[in-house]
Amino acid sequence: MSILVFIEHKAGALNKTSLEAIAAGQKLAGDTGQTVSAVVLGSSALAGEIAVYDLEKVISVENNQLADYTPDAYAAGLEHVVRATNPEYVLMSHTYQARDFAPKVAARFQKGLIGDCIRMNVEGDKRVFTRRIFLGKLDADVVSDGEPPNFVTFQSGAFRGDQAVKGSGAPVESMSVEVGEVRMKPEAPFQEAKQAVDLSKADVIVAVGRGIKSKDNLALAEKLAEVLGGDLAASRPICDAEWLPIDRQIGSSGQTVAPKLYIAIGISGAIQHLVGMKNSQTIVAINKDPEAPIFDIADYGIVGDLFEAVPVLTEEIKKLKA
Amino acid sequence: MKILVLMKQVANKDAILRINKDSTWIEEADLSFEVNESDGYALEESLRIKEKVGGEVVVVSMGPQRAKSVIKDALARGADRAIHVVGDNLGHLSPFAAASVLAEAIREENADLVMTGLQSDDYGYAQTGVILAEVLGLPHATIVIEVDATGDQLRVKRELESGWYQWYTMPKPALLTIQSGISQIRYATLKGIMAAKKKEIKEVTPNAEIAGKPSHQRIEKIYLPQKSKQTQFLGNGDAKKGAVELAEKLRTEARVI
Repeated sequence: MSILVFIEHKAGALNKTSLEAIAAGQKLAGDTGQTVSAVVLGSSALAGEIAVYDLEKVISVENNQLADYTPDAYAAGLEHVVRATNPEYVLMSHTYQARDFAPKVAARFQKGLIGDCIRMNVEGDKRVFTRRIFLGKLDADVVSDGEPPNFVTFQSGAFRGDQAVKGSGAPVESMSVEVGEVRMKPEAPFQEAKQAVDLSKADVIVAVGRGIKSKDNLALAEKLAEVLGGDLAASRPICDAEWLPIDRQIGSSGQTVAPKLYIAIGISGAIQHLVGMKNSQTIVAINKDPEAPIFDIADYGIVGDLFEAVPVLTEEIKKLKA
Repeated sequence: MKILVLMKQVANKDAILRINKDSTWIEEADLSFEVNESDGYALEESLRIKEKVGGEVVVVSMGPQRAKSVIKDALARGADRAIHVVGDNLGHLSPFAAASVLAEAIREENADLVMTGLQSDDYGYAQTGVILAEVLGLPHATIVIEVDATGDQLRVKRELESGWYQWYTMPKPALLTIQSGISQIRYATLKGIMAAKKKEIKEVTPNAEIAGKPSHQRIEKIYLPQKSKQTQFLGNGDAKKGAVELAEKLRTEARVI
């Protein structure tokens, strides 16, 4: 059997998380003695670029209706390739695009995805995929039952894209596909407003979450950020409540940052937030819930009342800096 | 316009989760439950659409009798009637099985719009809506943050990654999965709570053949996440003492001050 890796792009520009999916495919192939192929929908140029990786082949599916992403066209395209190549596994990165159309493809094979996996282990004949449940509070080891193909998506960062192995040039095979009716008409993607704040360059970020309780309490975090010479940021609920503008939001729908110091105040650490900041050098978490997932990635943790801890921390740092 | 809103009851966000004896799920006996967060926003959006264009909002929930509290709350907030697909283990169905059971339960309603949250806060599959659209033959959009239902066609704004957005137009009927936080959710008024008592809740027994089909994925065990970092916990429960220690550590160990 074989492994098929889906390659995502925006107008021919590779989504780099697809390299992580290639790395996952190569790892699984090595553990199970299978071959890996990749599929690109709607960009033969990108199919050529992907051919530098160590792959059995790159399947390039060309059709005018695949030029712009729609779930109808992409589902038809990927379904066709899966039926034609009959892989045991179809692997992809768990992006917003994959979430939008991959379950539709899987449903045509009477199943869903083993979605958003963070790890994969091969134990003899058994392949175990680990995914987070309960907003990251628990892990679940999942095995697939039943007939192939199995559709598996990986969380961003589960594998390293720079570990995708290059080869001697994989053959590119064109495949033509009937797409049929496409019911959704996309308009051009856009950014809401020019982002006024670029947090990706900040050395120190003080970020607040639901635990801060009210807009007035933001001043506490603001003072801490000020003595540290850092920037104030937030998790999604704070920006949704419009306590801070959206250009201060960290996470999958906001900015991705990796400062020297990241202080998370009253942030529980949902996956969507963690992907935006987990590569920070030193992570501090202050939270009343000892089970909060933010502590899984924190270097220093204070379990307790942030309204007690933050003012003291601000004063102490002021003293140290004096 | 007839709008169906799918709402799931999940463990309370702040609940302390205890793993069951077989390590296959959590202990549910003493747990408190609430509505899945993004499903609450799907309900709010459906009520706002109804206020603009008229019609009916029907709440659909699948789960044991305790799911009635989610249904009654939705009726109190303004939904017109409800369908409850009743069964003790329905919350554990695979996304394909769940969508198939739901499809059978709502097909005859011939809704103009089906809405639900973008994912559940327990299993977090983020697929049931999309698969349901496929099973019912409807077009869909996921991670929707704005809906314009006033025209012949639906126009919806989708959230993409890293601060990008995109509008899609599609014919009705359609299915949308709604992102959390897109509006201010209304509270139930006393009048709403009284009115809800007279509203219809239709109980439906799931199609046993569909619900009983073997799942394609099975949880072997659940456990606390392995920590990727060794966290130094400071203050030993005393937040102020922790803060003093932290300042010192940030200077001497982490050297970031």
